[in-house]
Amino acid sequence: MSSTLRQLIWPLAALALLLGFNAAFHPSFFHFQIHDGRLSGSIIDVLNQGAPVLLLALGMTLVIGTGGIDLSVGAIMAVAGAVAAAALREHAPVALAIAAALGAGAAAGVWNGSLVTLAGIPPIIATLILMVAGRGVAQLITHGETLLIKSDSAFNVIGRGVILGVPVPILIFLAAALGLSILVRLTALGLFIEAIGGNEQASRYAGVRVGPIRLAVYLLMGVLAAAAGLIDAADIAAADANNSGLYLELDAILAVVIGGTALTGGRFTLLGSIIGAIIIQTLSTTILSFGRNMPVELNLVIKAAVVLVVCLLQSSELRRLLTRTWRRSQ
Amino acid sequence: MSDPLIEMRGIVKTYPGVRALDGVDFTLHHGEVHALVGENGAGKSTLIRILTGAERRDAGRVLLEGSPIEPHTPVQAQRLGIATVYQEVNLVPDLSVAENIMLGREPRKAWGAIDRRAMDRRAEQVASGLGLHVDVTQPLRSCSIAVQQMVAVARAVDQKARALVLDEPTSSLDAGETEQLFALVRRLRGQGLGIVFITHFLEQVYEISDRITILRGGRCVGTHVADDLPRLALVSLMLGKAAEAAATRERGAGEVAPTAPRRLEARGLWRRGAVGPLDLTLRAGEVLGFAGLLGSGRSETVRLLFGVDVRSGGSLVINNRPIARHSPRRAIAAGMALAPEDRRAAGLVPELSVRENIMLAFQGARGWARRLGGREQNALAAKFVQALSISTPDLEKPVGQLSGGNQQKVILARWLLMEPGILLLDEPTRGIDIGAKQQIESLVDDLRAKGMAIIFISGELEEVVRVSQRIVVLRDRRAVAELTGADRHVHTVMQHIAGETGGKHV
Amino acid sequence: MTAALRRNWPLLGTALVLVVLYAAASLAFPGFASLYQFAHLFDDNATLGLAAVGMTFVILSGGIDLSVGAVIALASMVLALLMKDGGWSIWAAVPAVLAMGAALGACMGAIIHVFRLPPFLVTLAGMFLARGAALLLTPDKRIEMSSKAEIESLSSVLIQNFNLPAMVFLAAVALAWAALRFTRFGRTVYAIGSDESAARLMGLPTASTRIGIYAISALCATAGGIVQVIGTGAGDASAALLLELDAIAAVVIGGTVLAGGRGSVIGTLLGVLILAIITAIPSYHGTLNSWWTKIAIGLLLLVFVLLQRLSQRWAAGKT
Repeated sequence: MSSTLRQLIWPLAALALLLGFNAAFHPSFFHFQIHDGRLSGSIIDVLNQGAPVLLLALGMTLVIGTGGIDLSVGAIMAVAGAVAAAALREHAPVALAIAAALGAGAAAGVWNGSLVTLAGIPPIIATLILMVAGRGVAQLITHGETLLIKSDSAFNVIGRGVILGVPVPILIFLAAALGLSILVRLTALGLFIEAIGGNEQASRYAGVRVGPIRLAVYLLMGVLAAAAGLIDAADIAAADANNSGLYLELDAILAVVIGGTALTGGRFTLLGSIIGAIIIQTLSTTILSFGRNMPVELNLVIKAAVVLVVCLLQSSELRRLLTRTWRRSQ
Repeated sequence: MSDPLIEMRGIVKTYPGVRALDGVDFTLHHGEVHALVGENGAGKSTLIRILTGAERRDAGRVLLEGSPIEPHTPVQAQRLGIATVYQEVNLVPDLSVAENIMLGREPRKAWGAIDRRAMDRRAEQVASGLGLHVDVTQPLRSCSIAVQQMVAVARAVDQKARALVLDEPTSSLDAGETEQLFALVRRLRGQGLGIVFITHFLEQVYEISDRITILRGGRCVGTHVADDLPRLALVSLMLGKAAEAAATRERGAGEVAPTAPRRLEARGLWRRGAVGPLDLTLRAGEVLGFAGLLGSGRSETVRLLFGVDVRSGGSLVINNRPIARHSPRRAIAAGMALAPEDRRAAGLVPELSVRENIMLAFQGARGWARRLGGREQNALAAKFVQALSISTPDLEKPVGQLSGGNQQKVILARWLLMEPGILLLDEPTRGIDIGAKQQIESLVDDLRAKGMAIIFISGELEEVVRVSQRIVVLRDRRAVAELTGADRHVHTVMQHIAGETGGKHV
Repeated sequence: MTAALRRNWPLLGTALVLVVLYAAASLAFPGFASLYQFAHLFDDNATLGLAAVGMTFVILSGGIDLSVGAVIALASMVLALLMKDGGWSIWAAVPAVLAMGAALGACMGAIIHVFRLPPFLVTLAGMFLARGAALLLTPDKRIEMSSKAEIESLSSVLIQNFNLPAMVFLAAVALAWAALRFTRFGRTVYAIGSDESAARLMGLPTASTRIGIYAISALCATAGGIVQVIGTGAGDASAALLLELDAIAAVVIGGTVLAGGRGSVIGTLLGVLILAIITAIPSYHGTLNSWWTKIAIGLLLLVFVLLQRLSQRWAAGKT
């Protein structure tokens, strides 16, 4: 337990800093209200709007845990939204539309996983292909238009609904986080992922099925990305092939890295990635809540600083340089 | 007499917990080929790394033609005239042969651009001056390893190298290529260069070198003129203790009954460029020792048996079941286990805990869905930690932080948990302290007594002789002898390793 | 000659795809095979082409640069701002913007090299920084410049149907080709991508080269931003979204191996032209839509990556 805590100490400190900043300058950030039977407040907003990134970060944690990366998740979101919207336009039942979208995500995951495991293409290149082509596929499905979904459709509950006062996207995220935590820790999947990312050759020698595990991880990632795409589409009641999930793959990777999982793979922490994603979303919500005094785009600049600081904190080279100068000054 | 080309005096190098070099002297003259030999951990590579500036010494002096030198990087050493050619050629495979020779010193035109034609011409001259006739405009990666090494030599020579270190250059060359390289080495010797030659092929040591320095356990145990040192004497210097002294067998464990069930049977097993063909039989309740120098094909054989490498031919029967398509998973399913030679690369997942590393193979065989519960895991891991007396503060400690001996025991625990019928141990006692070593040896004894079939590899002949009932001697990637009963003497094994049986003598 | 053929087969593959594509388009669409249209392929893709030229250096060295799209946008905004609000002449503003871009790239290269950080993350930070800065410069994210006389006169320069952006692109290709082939810096770029530790052992200047590589990439992207202002007459903070993807695709389709060490800027030129034709086709063919271009680029990428993989296996099997 102590090692888990040590792993989470930096992301937790960063989140605390951010929340402390809000507490000092923007106390209403912590207010909760019940409005029309719906819980609201800045913290709820963070989780609600952050649900897609949170879902992506969950899957990305596993992918990065195996030493891989998936650049195509933003494009998969667009495809999933397009599939659902197209199915609904053809008057498919909502459940079928959702299933079709999730199936498309799974197929995309299998495609990525096969390129990585069967063709032996490095993950960054393998998933780049779908990152390029995926939006084209999404546009093909929507015929290049923004497909509107009828605003009274039950489908939109995914993005806007409320159950027992809690927005549905948050519930979907919680269910996924819980389910995935159970999946990786109550089965041996987590052990295998960490073993493969930690030392692939040793894992092979120990009889771990490296290929199928890798494939499964990309498949899970695809399904989670599709779920994120569904939330996004239902939220705006439309499938926007151009902008759904744009650059979200980078946010998801960032969340994982901020959360303390190394890009090289091995030990991963789902909780850390969740904290990382919350940090990213809190940043933008904080800036938004300051209204006109702070432009929204400042978010990007702060994100740049966060990436650099996190990278430098994890850089053993910096640690080496620092200890050397410190010793010399002694 | 003029100063020697290189003189190293009283070199000491200590790593945390290990004294890698303990006052080593080494002298290289102009115009000689000087072989540096020794088994793993003898200190060869540390000595060379110090000479070439890749590592700093703790004590001692290095003199180049009488004046002290202190290279801090390989580049500085090169400027002083000390160049190294590694087994893994340290050149740029995607650039042309000419560029690899001239990189950093390319002839340039008046306005600073590289004069490619002049560069190719110059490289051509250098290469053909060394008897190397290749198209210098082709990319280096399209050349054979032998040519790549000769290109590296050409680069060194063109940089005015006076001393040339060849670090196991021949390990991946065939006989013809080796001869080509040796012709080049002789030519350079004729030009007055001093050449340090590191290899584990004894034939080649005698073929090319004028003098031989033997290292063992971080000390220099002798420098001899090659013609005056019989092979057997060389082998016993390398492997330690005079052969006679070690000839007594401690463990007189009896023969294995020929009726004991056959666990493993290999016929004509081979892999291109690695090992064989060879025949092996392994019975329940016996330890079969593999003896041979580094590179003799010991590890390659167990890797074939375990399905890590794909065999080029031959048959393999495990527990009376023929194995067609082999893989580690199939080997494990058939009741086999392998503790690999390179613990760090192929054995451990360093950042995972002791418990997780112990459970990895067991869980791998159960599959992902049937995870063993936390309590059972802890109980099993704790049981083996205790049984093998693995010293770790707790089961959750990352295994990378344990000592070498404890790491090895973690790998053994991983496999013993599987209750394998066949255990392959590749150098299980290398680089671990003496206490852990004895524990592992007696563990092997106990397991054998319980009916396990074991293949035991060690660079230390006494150990192989102590532990095994039967010994297969490997030389040049082939099994050259099988010793049983009273023949299991260190002396006899050495004779076979040195290739001195049947009256053949150097 | 056959040896030279064998050595350059990835380049020949790209050239073949380009020729077939061009011939097919010319047969299918009357008017496609004119010098005017040919020049347009360069005009319309000068920004992408410049970014791809810079990206070639980065990928040859085994790295990646995600920041180029954002740097293009930033450069276009800064140039427009300096000229419109700052009243700078174009002759002062362009060198200033180029210097800014090169400095930004050099910083990224230095951080990558000194702290041994993955280029992916460092250039990701650079992307956020550049895009954020571009968006923060003015409230309305876009600066119209077309009324400026200097821009107008530059945008009307035409030589043989090739306008200024196209000429800048072609000049960059020529310069990059010479730099990669005939300078020590260029050969060191290949050496780092091929085997960095060997390059260091051979005494090559890896630090300054790596800094130079990312500076060149950002410099090329900045030039791309400048020609964009000349071509469109505006600075646009949302310009070149996801352009880094197309730049990487053009480089890979041009036969440069993503792992580094092998490839050429000539290949990149061909790769950019392939992308240019694929992008141009939908405007000729009514039923084909722009999304097909993305799918086609993805498929081409797949084919070339698989071919690279096969040739690696083949090479590995041979030795």
